Order: sequence, then structure tokens, then C-alpha cells
Amino acid sequence: MAEEKKLFKVTIDNITLDVEPGTTILNAARQIGGEVVPPAMCYYSKLEGSGGKCRTCLVEVAQGSTADPRPMPKLVASCRTTVMDGMVVKNITSERVVDARNGVVEFLLLNHPLDCPVCDQAGECHLQDLSYEHGKEGTRYEFKRRTFPKHDLGKYIQLHMTRCILCYRCVFTADQLTNKRVHGILDRGDHAEIATYIEKSLDNDFIGNVIDVCPVGALTDKTFRFKNRVWFLKPVDAHCNCSKCSGKVTLWYRGDEVFRVTARKDQYGEVEDWICNECRFEKKKTSDWIIEGPREISRHSVISQGHYVGMEKPKEPLSEVLNGRQPKLLMDIHSISEVNKPGKQLSMIDGPAHSTDFQSETK
Amino acid sequence: MGRKLLIEKAHIEGIRSFDVYRREGGYRSVEKALKTMSPDDVTEEVKKSGLRGRGGAGFPTGMKWSFLAKPEGVPRYLVCNADESEPGTFKDRFLMEKIPHLLIEGLIVSSYALGSNRTYIYIRGEYAWIVDILEEAIAEANQNGFLGKNILGTGFDCQIYVQRGGGAYICGEETALIESLEGKRGNPRIKPPFPAVKGVWGCPTVVNNVETLAAVVPIINMGGEEYIKIGVGRSTGTKLISACGNINKPGVYEIDMTISVEEFIYSDEYCGGIKNGKRLKACIPGGSSVPILPANLLLKTAKGETRMMNYESLSDGGFATGTMMGSGGFIVLDEDQCVVKHTLTLARFYRHESCGQCSPCREGTGWMEKILQKIESGRGEMSDIDLLWDIQRKIEGNTICPLGDAAAWPVAAAIRHFRDEFEWHITNREECLTRNFGLAHYADPLEVSPTA
Repeated sequence: MAEEKKLFKVTIDNITLDVEPGTTILNAARQIGGEVVPPAMCYYSKLEGSGGKCRTCLVEVAQGSTADPRPMPKLVASCRTTVMDGMVVKNITSERVVDARNGVVEFLLLNHPLDCPVCDQAGECHLQDLSYEHGKEGTRYEFKRRTFPKHDLGKYIQLHMTRCILCYRCVFTADQLTNKRVHGILDRGDHAEIATYIEKSLDNDFIGNVIDVCPVGALTDKTFRFKNRVWFLKPVDAHCNCSKCSGKVTLWYRGDEVFRVTARKDQYGEVEDWICNECRFEKKKTSDWIIEGPREISRHSVISQGHYVGMEKPKEPLSEVLNGRQPKLLMDIHSISEVNKPGKQLSMIDGPAHSTDFQSETK
Repeated sequence: MGRKLLIEKAHIEGIRSFDVYRREGGYRSVEKALKTMSPDDVTEEVKKSGLRGRGGAGFPTGMKWSFLAKPEGVPRYLVCNADESEPGTFKDRFLMEKIPHLLIEGLIVSSYALGSNRTYIYIRGEYAWIVDILEEAIAEANQNGFLGKNILGTGFDCQIYVQRGGGAYICGEETALIESLEGKRGNPRIKPPFPAVKGVWGCPTVVNNVETLAAVVPIINMGGEEYIKIGVGRSTGTKLISACGNINKPGVYEIDMTISVEEFIYSDEYCGGIKNGKRLKACIPGGSSVPILPANLLLKTAKGETRMMNYESLSDGGFATGTMMGSGGFIVLDEDQCVVKHTLTLARFYRHESCGQCSPCREGTGWMEKILQKIESGRGEMSDIDLLWDIQRKIEGNTICPLGDAAAWPVAAAIRHFRDEFEWHITNREECLTRNFGLAHYADPLEVSPTA
């Protein structure tokens, strides 16, 4: 008989579950899902050694384990702390954690430009989500933010250090995924920068993945940069027979044009399979791919805006409330307005709705 | 006159050379330990002595040694932390410069206790000339059979290597030191695993300060029980204090932890009083990262007792009214010094030395510096003081390594004890550019509440 594996009992925000020994608190919380999952800006489950740096995933350990029930004096980084049997963790139920996370968000945004409207990452930026969920309104920082010139890392990738939060994910990616490390960190402190030594370009088959792992808009795809807003694009899963990688990608369509190709990302923004540069940068025709179907996007994401096909119309309650009477309409907006035609399917428009889309109907 | 164990012979002419050092009784502890004691006996003796780490944190050394994992077939390493970069601390430099063989001797005995056959001295890059002194001492020890293969015929092999750092403060943190020693960028590692389990090249490692390892020599020579009699309570043995600032006699002093702070500052044997007949305003007793104290709290604890120069007395009252022994960098400020400017200097230092790995320290240290610069140059607002307090509170304890704490504490203590000086800087924007706040009430006797 196989020996029964001992599981550790861990309680996170009053939810108890059994996990394998060696699981980190963050991964245990991800097994629960929902609000108890601490945010993570630097941890990436597919990159060995990542995590512990951004400090957004700090949690309070109220009880170390059954054997040693003392609480841990400091908040710990949940992505790098493994669970013990009988551990009690407080995430959103701890005031200390909420306060500390608030501080971390403020620190992360201190030198980060607050110009999301012009940033190419907007809409799929983890820092944007983080500050929306855990940050405060406004900034108390009144000094000049640090800036860096833009760098081209090879012909496909652009680095804009001004936006970087030094999560080190791309360094780990370059280290672990590619066979030649030409990518690291120069300098230290708040003037540290991601760099390739003396502007060496990253010509490597898998280096494009640094774009996907970057939580902010510091590393961007030059074949896609500023071509379109991500929420105007429709993500579609597709695959191809690639000799180098799995070939499983997400195509980002506008109309019938493929604007960009990325790896498939899960709910925590982590890629499912790494893809090679050829798939990412070169194959931008539908004929290169075998389409699987639309990619499911969280309804909380701005990317899912405008995807109305198959939507259920809410029940009209007025007639019920008014005992069968119809409301007296003083003015129907559709009779005056040139836009907002209820007959127009927004999902069927290629890209953002424009006044010309409606004019053609009236004229 | 206090007893000296470490630098008593530092002024003998030619003590740097092996022959003179040996003639003065050097390397006796190596003979004693290797020939008559087992490695565990040595560790036990250090445990008995109550020796506490001299690098700053004051963790019991014997305990640290006993935590070292000892798996079969895996080498163990001892690393000597000579990356002395704390502003105000220069005791290790003195020790290594004047009497290098004492460190080598301590390293051999400690290596024997821990089973380290390859021992490293990680020295800060700015101490370039000391590297030569140490390497000469190591070569001499090698020639005389105290290092190398089969030391003194006991079958114990040990070699010491000196590694120069690049001059980064962060590499004094033990895991950053290990990374740097391995040839990588000196970023602190995330703990656990602790170096005692996974240190240099993934092997169990002990990292100790220069002075700690040197103190092993007298402990073995005189025995742990004899050593514990020097000093008081849990502060055993002697401690090197590097005194600097506005005093008559700056320098390195060895104290036996039984003297008072007042005596240390004013007696002719030690600092010799404040320079130019000025009055004492404030002092940082343990290197730049420990909290600053105003004169009244420095000389007397909040309970009204005389504050002594030892671990317990200096930290009496916690951070509210106390400070820390730290690494023994004793910085004295007289009445002409401006605490705001002083805090700014420290904040600038920590911003410059932050490794940039984790966000609170990377961003917070720079922010604090900018706000302090603003207040110092007469452009501050009252809300800036509270903002500073809030920033330091959010850095402290939320970082990977203690540099975040070290950056937060001086700012916190300065605001805690010298808030009126900060406020004066803000309310007198013109005046603060031309004159200092002065001594004010910082030396006034404290009121001791009868219930305390």
C-alpha cells in the first residue's frame, strides 16, 4: 500500500484547506481563489527563484504552526513562505496587511509615471489593477519622478525603464528560458535599471517572452506598440505546428487583421506555455494558424468590454411595476441622436465604434 | 581601567609580523583548541562565554554556530564579514590593520569548531591596503604550519582566502555578502533558507563579524567561564567602540561594558569630553542605523538610572526612549550640530546604498531623502513631518533585509526626540538657513514619573 501523504492544514482568512507540504502561502491561497489571494507583482510560478521582491503579497502569520503557535513578528512575503501544519494566515482580514499593502502600492507608484492613458500596457497592466484595488486616491509625492531614455533591445522589443518596477521577472526569464544571458540589472537603488550589457541586443528564440512576463509597460512589443488599444482587440485562441515551441497562442484580432500574438495567460496573468519569437513576431496572418475559438476573458477586465454577443437582456420591470401601463415617453433619444442605434451590434464593428458607423445607416 | 583582551598588544612594535605576534603569546589558542579540544568543545566554550555577535544585531555566537547544519559529505564554510561599511564604525579596520594575526588565529579556531576547510574573509573594497596586510599574515601563518594541510599535525586542513568587495554597504548583510562572494550581484537573499542551511554555493555557512571571530581567541585561551566574568549580565566580554564626532579624542577603544556612557564620553581615558568646551546635544551610540538619542536620554534612562555602555542598558526603554549597541560606532554631536541636516545625511546614505531589490526600501529611502532635503533647505511644510513618519513606518519590517529598518530607524528616532527642531526648521524658514537650533532643552534633566 502506498504511504499516505501527509497534508498540511492551513487557514487563510478563516478558510481552512489541506495542501501539500512545501506549498507557499500564496499558492495555497490561489487554491481557494477569490479575494483571499494576495496580489503578486514579481512572483511568477513558472520562473524559479522569482518573488519576494515587490512586497505586495505580504501577509500576517497569526500562528506559525500547531507545533509552534507563536505568530511571526513581521509580515511575510506569502509567495516565498511555505505553509506549516496548522498555520493561520491573515490576508485581507488583517489591518496590518491592508495598511502595509497600501504603503507598498504607494511606493511602487512613486516613480512610476501616472500616464496610463498614453501607456501601451493600459488595460492589461498589473500595476493598474493593483493600484485600483489596493491603492489610495491621489499621491503624496511631490518631487520629480526618475526617468530613463527608451532602449531598443533587438529589433522586436523596446525597454522603457521609466515604467519599470524592478520585479526581476524578465531577468529570470532571460536566465532560465534562453541559453545565453545578456540581460541583467545595472546600478542599484532607485536608479537601478534593467539592461543588456553595452546595448547588446537580445537575439534569442525565446526572448520575446519577457514582454509577456512584464507586469507593466516597461517591455513592449515593437511590432504592436501603439498600433491599437488592447480593449479594441478580440483575443482568439489558436495553435500551429511549431518546431521550437508549443505553438499555443492567443491571437489579438481587430476585424480580420491579427495585430499581435501573445502566449495564453491564465487568471493571474501568467503564461500557460512559452512561445518562440517566430510565432510571436512573424506569424501575423490568420492562415498561419488553426483557430480554436474566442479566449475567455474575465468580465472584470476592460478587455472584455464590447463583447456583447450572446448577452442576455435584463428583464424589463417597468410594465410590472406600473400594473401593465406603459410609461409615457416625453422624448425617445433614438429619434434625435445620430449614434446609439439599438439595432447596431457593437460587437460586429471592427474596432471602436465611430460616428461613421452610424452615419452609413442613416444615410 | 577596563580590561583589554583584543587590542592590548596592538601597539607593540612589529606585532603585524608572525614572529613578534607568536612571541607575545599568539596562536596559543590554536594549539589548545586543535590539540586538546574537540570541535564541539570549542563551540560549547563559545556558548558558555555568552559572546554576542559584534556586527550589530548582537545574536549569541555560540547559538549561531550550533544552528549550522552538518549533513554528511557537504562542505561547510566560515565567512568573516569584514565589510565594515556602517558610517561611524571603524573598529574592524583598526583590528585588521594593527593586529591581523589575531583575526587569523580566531579564524583558524572557529574554522576548526565549525569544520570549515575553506574560510573566506570578505573585506570591503575600500580597505585595499588591508587586503595586503591580511594576505601577508596568511602567508606567514601558512609558512609556520598554522594554515594549510594537516595543521600542527592534527589532521585538520584549513585555508583562508581574502575576497575584496566592490564597496557596497549592502554586502555587509550576510546573504548579500554570500551572493557577492559567489561572484554575483550583491542582492540579499530571501530568508528562509538561512545561511546556516544554505549559504555559500548552497552549503551550510556561518558568517561572523571580524571582532566576533577575534574574540574567540581570548575565550579559548581563558575559558568561557572566565570570559563571562568580564562585563555584566548578558553583555559579556569586551567590546571595541569606535568613537568619532565632536569629541577630543576620537579613536577605537576597548571597553568591558561596565562603564557608564557619561564616563565614556567625558573621561580622559576614553573620548576626553566634547571638543572646544561645547555641550553634548545628541549621540548615536552604535553606528548610523541605530536610533539617535538626545543628551538627557543618553546619560540617564527613562527610569532615571545611569545608562551604561552595554547591550541591555543602551536598549533600555525600547525604541521609545532607548537605542542599541549596534556595531559600536559611537557618533557624538555637540550643540552646534543640526539634527535635521544630520538625518538628511544619513537618509542620503541609505538611498544611495539601497540595493533596489524590494520596493519599500528602493522607493521609500529616496522619498525620505527628498523630503528631508526640502525641510533642511527651508521649504518644508508641517505635514512633511507626519509624512516622513508614515513613510518610515511603512518601510520598517516590510523589506527583505534589515537595510530598510536601518534606513527607517534614524529618521524615526530623529522625529521622535527632535520633533521641535524639525518644526523650528519649518516655522523659521529663513533663519534655519543661517543658524542652528542649538542645544535647546535636549540636555535638561528628565522628569521621572514616580510610578515608573
